Amino acid sequence: MFYEFALEHAWLIPLLPALAFVVIGMVTRSHGRISALIAVCMSIISFALAAGVTYAVVNNGITVDAPFVQKLSWLHIGSVNITMGVLIDPLTAMMLVVVTTVSLLVQIYSCGYMKGDPGYGRFFAFLSLFAASMLGLVLAVNFLQMYVFWELVGLCSYLLIGFYYYKISAREAAKKAFMTTRVGDFGLLLGILLLQITFGTVDFLELKTLIPGYIVSAGTGTLTVIGLLLFVGPIGKSGQFPLHVWLPDAMEGPTPVSALIHAATMVVAGVYLVGRSLFLFSQLPLVMTVIAWIGAFTALFAASIAITQHAIKRILAYSTISQLGYMMLALGVGSLTASFFHLMTHAFFKALLFLCAGAVMHAMRDEADIFKMGGLRKKMPVTFAAMTIGVLAISGIPPFAGFFSKDEILGAAAAVSTPLYVVATLTAFMTAFYMARLLFVAFFAKPADEESYNHAHEVGKFMCTPLIVLSVLAVISGLWGHLCGFGEWVRFGMPHAEGIDLGIAVSSTILSLIAFGLAWKIYVAQTWSSDAIAEKCGILYKLSFNKFYIDEIYAALIKWFVDGVAKVLYWIDVNIVDGIINALGALVRGISKLLSPLETGQAQCYAGIFACGAIALAVYGYFYAGKIVAMLGGAF
Amino acid sequence: MASFPLLTSVLLAPIAAAILLCFVSAKSVQSVRVICATAMSVGLLLTVYAFFSYDLSAGGMQFVEDVPWIKDLGVHYALGVDGISLPMLLLTELIGLAAVFSSWSIEKRPKEFYILLMILIAGVTGTFIARDLFIFLLCYEVVVIPIYIMVIIWGSTKRVSKEYAGMKLTIYLLMGSAFMLVGVVALYLQAFPPEMRTFDMQALAQAAAMGHFSEGFQIFAFFLLLLGFGSLLSMFPFHSWSPDGYAGAPTAVSMIHAGVLKKIGGYGLIRLGLLVLPLGAKFWGPLIAGLAMINVMYAAYIALAQHDLKYVIGYSSVSHMGYVLLGFAALNVVSISGAVANMVAHGVMSALFFAMIGYVYERTHMRSVKELRGLAHQMPRVATGFMLAGMASLGLPGLIGFMPEFTIFVGSFSVYPVFAVVAIAGIIFTALYTLRMLAKILFGPRDSRFDKFEDAKGVAMMPLIILGIALVGFGIFPQLLMGMVGSGTEQLLPLLDRIADAPAFLGGVR
Repeated sequence: MFYEFALEHAWLIPLLPALAFVVIGMVTRSHGRISALIAVCMSIISFALAAGVTYAVVNNGITVDAPFVQKLSWLHIGSVNITMGVLIDPLTAMMLVVVTTVSLLVQIYSCGYMKGDPGYGRFFAFLSLFAASMLGLVLAVNFLQMYVFWELVGLCSYLLIGFYYYKISAREAAKKAFMTTRVGDFGLLLGILLLQITFGTVDFLELKTLIPGYIVSAGTGTLTVIGLLLFVGPIGKSGQFPLHVWLPDAMEGPTPVSALIHAATMVVAGVYLVGRSLFLFSQLPLVMTVIAWIGAFTALFAASIAITQHAIKRILAYSTISQLGYMMLALGVGSLTASFFHLMTHAFFKALLFLCAGAVMHAMRDEADIFKMGGLRKKMPVTFAAMTIGVLAISGIPPFAGFFSKDEILGAAAAVSTPLYVVATLTAFMTAFYMARLLFVAFFAKPADEESYNHAHEVGKFMCTPLIVLSVLAVISGLWGHLCGFGEWVRFGMPHAEGIDLGIAVSSTILSLIAFGLAWKIYVAQTWSSDAIAEKCGILYKLSFNKFYIDEIYAALIKWFVDGVAKVLYWIDVNIVDGIINALGALVRGISKLLSPLETGQAQCYAGIFACGAIALAVYGYFYAGKIVAMLGGAF
Repeated sequence: MASFPLLTSVLLAPIAAAILLCFVSAKSVQSVRVICATAMSVGLLLTVYAFFSYDLSAGGMQFVEDVPWIKDLGVHYALGVDGISLPMLLLTELIGLAAVFSSWSIEKRPKEFYILLMILIAGVTGTFIARDLFIFLLCYEVVVIPIYIMVIIWGSTKRVSKEYAGMKLTIYLLMGSAFMLVGVVALYLQAFPPEMRTFDMQALAQAAAMGHFSEGFQIFAFFLLLLGFGSLLSMFPFHSWSPDGYAGAPTAVSMIHAGVLKKIGGYGLIRLGLLVLPLGAKFWGPLIAGLAMINVMYAAYIALAQHDLKYVIGYSSVSHMGYVLLGFAALNVVSISGAVANMVAHGVMSALFFAMIGYVYERTHMRSVKELRGLAHQMPRVATGFMLAGMASLGLPGLIGFMPEFTIFVGSFSVYPVFAVVAIAGIIFTALYTLRMLAKILFGPRDSRFDKFEDAKGVAMMPLIILGIALVGFGIFPQLLMGMVGSGTEQLLPLLDRIADAPAFLGGVR
């Protein structure tokens, strides 16, 4: 059967896109269309296999407690054994489907979006590698395999964010993304090393059996350190505060890349890692609290920035950070189900929103400022409909996807801590507001620029199809997951009881609707002036608009503590370390200068000294001849 | 085939080429190059054959050759390779061939240049395959002479003059060899009574195992070797020759020097220092680990302040050698395997870096990150080479640099946790200076000044292809390299167990 084949050959899922990368990179790079065809074909096969795997998981009764594992040795040295392989459980299966779906749709969309770009082939090569890396990460059997693909995902995002490498801004954004996540990776690597040293293995399943015993015998001290270190990785990768700074800049890449990064690859890697490691984290109350609060704070913090931004992709980027905070919050309160449910629905509606944003910018000649758009509703009906669905989904309006998953998170938070619940609800309100603001300003308000408005047009079929598919998913995935028992499969610990807490659901929906109303009043009806409100908020508005000056603070820190120290050390190296060496050299030269007058180069002088020496020896011999003979005699 | 003198052939290939070149007219430049390329290809092919036919399960010295040479002194022409030296030999041959291709377009006295290059390669090769200390020292001394001449004549003057650079390189090399010589003579005299004296490394190691060297002697002699090999490995504070030297040297010399010659230091520390003087190695371990940490961070920081590409890579190589030292200092199988593998990894990536820098410099006569920009527009292949080397340098998994570093970290973390954590933090700074450099020279707007220069093709692509295959191949299949290294380092296990509780410097600082 196909699904059996898919399960046995799950390693093909990342390998096929990787193959596409190699073939495109080596051979067909300069033939854009062929490259695209290869990439899309491989993605389709990957998607089919992922679907097969999912079917097999359901059919063969593979659960989180009884996963399917294949592995082979990658490295064996001394006592260190590293394997590579595939670990398939419902968690993996869900991620495989989400990643392959979104990356396939993004590739199809890119066929239209990237048309005419000289780097068309290269773009598809990178997209394929990106998908391959993420899929490899999802299938990982141990922390090191995860780290390997984690870094490759980072490399791909670097390459893709910097795809327009002739733009200084793109180049800098790519570098920033790599560097910021690298800081996180440092922690992650330390955590993995400590695990390897403490347990002699980094395998998920082996650790799962070892950890309870270890806690009994050695307590949770070391493990808490390990847990916190491991979590630094996801903070970087998933754009959590304070390492979120790279994500908004990542929009310098082509829009399909943004969709991919924000929805299915890269940023969710951090959430996935935390989810995968929940068997460890859940034993460590301190770590769980940190995860929950970092998540909650990030959610609120990013939402408060998104409210004042003007660039369409920047608003969406901050909304991603905020939503990732949500997912972390859910993990921190121990609900894997809520977090991954939201991960899935978010992947669909965020990909949709970004692709819509791409369509809008495409139509508006790369204009990104929403206040320079306006009235697009009539010009781009399909995009408008898709965008509206995306906004309703992210705002948690029933029956769209976000409603169900957000409700799960709010419920899980409320069950653990009221402050967390309040923060999450406040964030939901703000999310609804700024998303409505985006939609109303760009699509409803009066066109800001007649010329651009007249130029605006609906997108072609390549770009349209993914929008429609994602719209459908953004509508049904929540309800579908709710009805089909998502929590039965994707869970940590006991199956999660499905049910909507009416109080939470109704209150959050009402709040979202109020936020919509407010946004309508301000930006369409213009009953209240947005400028006046900004004026009134004063410093708060300024802080939010300037992203709380985090970038500036980091830049100053780097200037003083990295480049400043570097200059000082360089000075020391040249003047002191090398100075001593050169001084030693000069000393030797000085001594030789003292002695060099002896080497006059005049034969008479040498002969004179020679004669003096000979005479001296003769005199010496004459007086001490006996002693010399005795000495020589002793030697022979 | 058992009796075929494989290692001798590998050693003789460049020597034969050098002799042959003496009889070739200086005007027929093409035949000069082809002769060298052929000789090095033969050497590389034989080495690859040796690499894949080495019996991993048997381990130990293989492809051995032994001819008594100077009977009175106990000198043997004894060659052989094991899991530690074979990767180094492979590295030498890879870089040697790549260096021949990188020097293809040298216009000034190509014949003399290639003769010296061949002698240089032969010397380096000899040090790695010698089983006899005398041969080892002999080959090492052979290396010094061509380096000096090549830097002085074919080098380039930027921040420091090429004369200064050449002299500095030579003096450091000679200083290293002077300390080494004293240490080696002391070993030779101390190991056996006069009639049994030998330079055979294995016999010396046995003498150590039998307790012929007192602890005090070992500590003293190891210190001498550490000064010698340490300065060769650019250990702080004896590192400053490295950036200056590379900056002054012509491309091929930089490639060989950074790629393999420097590694003689690490190789010697293991082969001589650890095997023959284990108690000395144990004693000085903490000091080496501390210096290793300084190497990593100090040099990485300074690399951030550099503008000349060769200086960036020069300091970067000093920084990477810190990891090698750290792996050595931790004195366990895992960390030493990592150290050996890291030498190979760094050799390949730095040679690739220097090859690419050489290519760009030869055309544009620019080497500063302030002048070069947007090269990816005109030279996408060169840019690919830079990216590959850079990504390997910052330890990207899937390329050669990751696994060696990881094993060093695993091995050294439990021995020197503090030093290790600081050294691991080096990965952030490595990424920072590498990415900054790559961003500035490769990306950004197109600069029309570079429009007249063409991308690497044909012969100029060869270094990229040869080294690129090694970079990616060993990256995706780390076991190929690590398995080989492991078969060598696992032989150290009894020795390492024996010294596990021996006293160490300052009671074993952590």
